[in-house]
Amino acid sequence: MEGDGGSEFRQWCLSQVKGAIDDDVTEADIISAVEFNHSGELLATGDRGGRIVIFQQEQESKALPQSRGEYNVYSTFQSHEPEFDYLKSLEIEEKINKIRWLPQKNAAHFLLSTNDKTIKLWKISERDKRPEGYNLKEEDGRYKDPTSVTTLRVPVFQPMDLMVEASPRRVYANAHTYHINSISVNSDNETYLSADDLRINLWHLDFTDRSFNIVDIKPTNMEELTEVITASEFHPLQCNTFVYGSSKGSVRLCDMRAAALCDRHSKLFEEPEDPSARSFFSEIISSVSDVKFSHSGRYMMTRDYLTVKIWDLNMESRPVETYQVHEYLRSKLCSLYENDCIFDKFECCWSQDDSEVMTGSYNNFFRMFGRDGQPGMTLEASWESSSPRCPLRPWRVCAGSRRNDDEIGVDCLDFSRKILHTSWHPQDGIIAMATINNLYIFQEKLN
Amino acid sequence: ARRCASPAGDKMAGADGDDSLYPIAVLIDELRNEDVQLRLNSIKKLSTIALALGVERTRTELLPFLTDTIYDEDEVLLALAEQLGNFTMLVGGPEYVHCLLPPLESLATVEETVVRDKAVESLRKISHEHSPVDLEVHFEPLVKRLASGDWFTSRTSACGLFSVCYPRVSSTVKAEIRQHFRNLCSDDTPMVRRAAASKLGEFAKVLELEYVKSDIISLFTALASDEQDSVRLLAVEACVSIATLLPQEDLETLVMPTLRQAAEDKSWRVRYMVADKFSELQKAVGPEITKNDLVPAFQNLLKDCEAEVRAAAANKVKEFCENLPEDSRETIIMTHILPCVKCPEVRLNIISNLDCVNEVIGIRQLSQSLLPAIVELAEDAKWRVRLAIIEYMPLLAGQLGVEFFDEKLNSLCMAWLVDHVYAIREAATCNLTKLVEKFGAEWAQNTIVPKVLGMANDPNYLHRMTTLFCINALSEACGQEITTKHMLPVVLKMSNDQVANVRFNVAKSLQKIGPVLDSNCLQAEVKPVLEKLAADQDIDVKYFAQEAVSVLALA
Repeated sequence: MEGDGGSEFRQWCLSQVKGAIDDDVTEADIISAVEFNHSGELLATGDRGGRIVIFQQEQESKALPQSRGEYNVYSTFQSHEPEFDYLKSLEIEEKINKIRWLPQKNAAHFLLSTNDKTIKLWKISERDKRPEGYNLKEEDGRYKDPTSVTTLRVPVFQPMDLMVEASPRRVYANAHTYHINSISVNSDNETYLSADDLRINLWHLDFTDRSFNIVDIKPTNMEELTEVITASEFHPLQCNTFVYGSSKGSVRLCDMRAAALCDRHSKLFEEPEDPSARSFFSEIISSVSDVKFSHSGRYMMTRDYLTVKIWDLNMESRPVETYQVHEYLRSKLCSLYENDCIFDKFECCWSQDDSEVMTGSYNNFFRMFGRDGQPGMTLEASWESSSPRCPLRPWRVCAGSRRNDDEIGVDCLDFSRKILHTSWHPQDGIIAMATINNLYIFQEKLN
Repeated sequence: ARRCASPAGDKMAGADGDDSLYPIAVLIDELRNEDVQLRLNSIKKLSTIALALGVERTRTELLPFLTDTIYDEDEVLLALAEQLGNFTMLVGGPEYVHCLLPPLESLATVEETVVRDKAVESLRKISHEHSPVDLEVHFEPLVKRLASGDWFTSRTSACGLFSVCYPRVSSTVKAEIRQHFRNLCSDDTPMVRRAAASKLGEFAKVLELEYVKSDIISLFTALASDEQDSVRLLAVEACVSIATLLPQEDLETLVMPTLRQAAEDKSWRVRYMVADKFSELQKAVGPEITKNDLVPAFQNLLKDCEAEVRAAAANKVKEFCENLPEDSRETIIMTHILPCVKCPEVRLNIISNLDCVNEVIGIRQLSQSLLPAIVELAEDAKWRVRLAIIEYMPLLAGQLGVEFFDEKLNSLCMAWLVDHVYAIREAATCNLTKLVEKFGAEWAQNTIVPKVLGMANDPNYLHRMTTLFCINALSEACGQEITTKHMLPVVLKMSNDQVANVRFNVAKSLQKIGPVLDSNCLQAEVKPVLEKLAADQDIDVKYFAQEAVSVLALA
């Protein structure tokens, strides 16, 4: 039986919903990435149309506890365009796979965004002054009579309405044969990694013309390929450590100090398989869809199809905590395989203090787990059944038909509505997640 | 107003209008043009604009405009930062140079490293034009503002400015500057600590020695143990500068422990840095410490588990050996360095570049250490490696002397003549020529000529042709007598070879060696053979024979 969402859990209220609230969803509008920046003041989303929309926390209400989850559009820009690979006759989608923010180094904000092949560094800056005063023309552009100009005039900056500009500062291209699934910025703030199915490359932010390959798991004979890289992340504090998850359910930790090429892992995190639970789908559902270090750097969380696991970096043999996200789906794996849902890649995230973790599920449900081994709470991202200021009511999924209002039968779940992308504010109880084309922002109700 | 050179543009009509204003007006307006190239062009001509405006308007209007114009493209900002470094006279001379500080200060906070660095460079330049009073009133506060700024970028820029203002300020201010630098060395942000580490050496150079020992050393030690690899490896660079500043007796206690630690750092990148800077370190610490400390460290780097580190160390071997003190050089190289260098090319490289080789190192020792390397390389599977060795051979032969050569290397040289790769055979032939030039015709006659001629009977036609190529190359060096008596008969005999390629090369050989022979010989022996070949069935043989006949004027 799932938790009641009682007093031991935080209470969540819907703060905002962004995006069109109709059923007519264009493919391009489907959100594919959600990420808060390091201060939590900015929230970026990427979509399948290659666009990025950045929301900014409303400055005035930031200090008010009940409205600190208010975010408004700050900037919108086209990050990636569709391309065509002429050599392989393949289209390269413009869909944004991942967004990662750089720690702020001056007044402007920087983020990395990637599609399947190309990573871009974007600068988002504010302009609130504009020069005025021409010598040879009026401000509206009409040319003056040159004879009327008898003295030189230097333009002067005058205040103007705030304008937010996004400009591409670097394009890191041509380093990946396979599809990029992850990017991660190093704690040294000058390098980052990008990972595709078989390789991980290390970049220096200043240089686009070279990248070092640090992991290569491509076998000499492609017929022998059995495992691919699914997710990768740098340690938040140790500049030499990174992990990568695989399609077989293992996570490898590598130390860049030991050698230039990190094909040999330092640690291998793998839970031995329970032979009684083995099925045709075992390997597929064990594939690691996301891996995230805790803020403290002591733990690591992995998400596979049915569970969230917390690992202590000092223990490779098994996770210290395992949480069932939607165990009721275990008996439905066959149909989930038929409709391809079994391949859905869910993200997961840590709370700002590492005391809770959150991940998405189907039917626009999302799951919250306190680090206590308890079954956790199921909440719904729905604008219809939530009102602001009102804490969300937890749900229960039951095997048969439902008996109460807060229950839903597993066969009534809508598998087309899924929450794959989630992000937790780095310093506060504010969470953001994407349903198919809406961005939901919830804030913790403070008593 | 002055006349200035103007780019195209109509002159302003009317006698009242000043002709020279128009081009400047255009330039000023283009500072705001949408086209970045036009903006860039205007910025590059900033001095023209400033001259037209005059010093006061430049100070009160142009500079404020430029201070706010930091929204631009990197190349424009870079050009601006550069221009401002040369603007002192345009703002009215050193008395007003501090007016240039606001625009440069805002450029110093830009995220683009090249722009920031240029702004810092310009600030450094104009700092020298500040009077000591202006330095304390204007420049130093700027440095303090940057050093305590919120943005990482300001703090990193501050690191580059401490060394220029320190020497000329009062001792109170000096103490403040030292404090700021200390703070930046322990800044939260790796980016700032990296900037501090990279400027540590330069700052140390302007400090009084007592502060170098009290402040710099502890900062250096802290940075060299930083948790970020990227900071530690910059500390290695600083090590070189610091070591040069300290007296010898202090090096052992103050610098060497940190350096030893760096050479054994867990991160291969730090060890790489040590290897890369090894020659500079060697010069900085002096011969005594080199012998006791650096040699063992170098050995370890040459045997490092990471290939990148080994390669970096191998690169420095030659320079390291050359800079060893003469009295201990031989022993150190032979007992400590050579055994660690696994890569034969590097070993050979060291030895080939030490001119004193056969005086300092006896032949016996040489053959023990050097010969295996040569043989290994001479037989390497990769032909380019074999080629590299052949190219060393004349030099080595010269250094090793003819006896050693005959005993040990001669057979190698002959073996190369029959290598299966053409480029090797060709190089080997050229090699022989150079050897003959070194050792003389008589030596050639006794040692190599017989072997070369012996190849004429080889079942492989390619080897038979090599004989001809050798003869082509050697005939001039060997002289008429040897050529006529020994080489010619062999060539003529090969005119009966069953392979056409050999036959037409005979014709070519005869053409080549003809000038070395006397005319009797040409008429009596060469001509009949060429005439025979000119009637050959093979079309190429005919052609080259006829050609030889005409070139040698035997018709």
